[in-house]
Amino acid sequence: MTDVHPSVEALRSEFGDKIGESSVSCGDTIVFVEGTSALDIMFWLKDTPDQEYNYLIDVTAVEHRDADKPLEVVYFLFSLQRKVQLCVKIALPKDGDLAVDSVVPVWKGADWLEREIYDMFGIEFRGHPDLRRILMWETYAEGYPLRKDFPLKGHFSRSEQLRQALHAAPEAHYSLEELEIADALGDLPEDMKDRLARGERAMVPGSKESKSNG
Amino acid sequence: MGVAPAGGAQSGRDSAVVSPVSPNWIITSLDWAVNWARANSLWPMPFGTACCAIEFMATAASRYDLSRFGMERMGYSPRQADFLLCAGRVPFKLAPVIRRIYDQMPQPKWVMAMGACASTGGIFDNYAMTQGIDTIIPVDVYVPGCPPRPEGLIYGIMLLHKKIRGETMLDSSIRDEHPLDPGALRMPESNVDELSKGFGSSVHQTRSK
Repeated sequence: MTDVHPSVEALRSEFGDKIGESSVSCGDTIVFVEGTSALDIMFWLKDTPDQEYNYLIDVTAVEHRDADKPLEVVYFLFSLQRKVQLCVKIALPKDGDLAVDSVVPVWKGADWLEREIYDMFGIEFRGHPDLRRILMWETYAEGYPLRKDFPLKGHFSRSEQLRQALHAAPEAHYSLEELEIADALGDLPEDMKDRLARGERAMVPGSKESKSNG
Repeated sequence: MGVAPAGGAQSGRDSAVVSPVSPNWIITSLDWAVNWARANSLWPMPFGTACCAIEFMATAASRYDLSRFGMERMGYSPRQADFLLCAGRVPFKLAPVIRRIYDQMPQPKWVMAMGACASTGGIFDNYAMTQGIDTIIPVDVYVPGCPPRPEGLIYGIMLLHKKIRGETMLDSSIRDEHPLDPGALRMPESNVDELSKGFGSSVHQTRSK
């Protein structure tokens, strides 16, 4: 397993110092790339002959227990023709802004995966077509549950959590696009029409700002 | 196996509701007939969210055969059901959904919390899960177990039958309904907060705020 993954060598010769360290873990090659040029690198990995990583298996994120270590966004790529996989990581230092470019233009399947990372880790994906929470409800105000500084039971008291959850209208998860479609069909309740007219997302019910900041 | 005190309405009932009419033989006979009919033809609205729903399916299938209790007709619509069976954990995101389903069911209606999660939150003492559906809607029968075996579920159903047979038309407060505003809690805030106190569970953490 000491052989360097051919894609990593190709990446180094193409992008030079944009490519960070690489390692092999349990037979999988991991390569760090620089966040600012990640989108170019992803396009290159997908479109270049002999690379052809045309299948995005998963996008996820990691926060290490060691508080000094950066957050990582992890992309698992697979080439269906060549049957080769590659794990690409982007390190995000915690003191910088937690944002990377969205890879939805490269692989459409990244849409919901990136929304999940945004929901659970608070990492922003620049250029994502519809970056909303996906697992927690839209007005969830406690923060990002999979971050290490998030207590298991959340920040708010049980009664406050329940109150806010019960306030969330079951329709409120609709995106503005979905609301437009429902509106065109004449199928939209009044409060949602109002919301669509304002182009706004739902607010935390009855909240003072201090409360929603936890 | 716990049976909540009578009074299915959202607000509970005032203590000591006494009817001016004393029960005579006509009323008690009619009560018997009505309760017999209700208890033996419960139409369940299964709210199955997790593994308890699998066990409920097993109970409904031929080996345990819920149709012996007149319950084979599953109403997957709250308006054609009188028995809400919550089988599985209810995350906060589903809390407004189950309340709306309950509100849409016509009276008379009963609710069963099947399994540890629906009754108390179970092992999911975390940021995403309601700590028992009785924080959202009134519950008549709690069936413990993770998940309960079909025998346990059937025992819970028989307890519910017993409860239904004890109802009387003289006490109309059982059927009074006061739908709550969205966001309103069923019980005092302190009671809900108390539910997250540690029970010696290893996942119990101190709140940071």
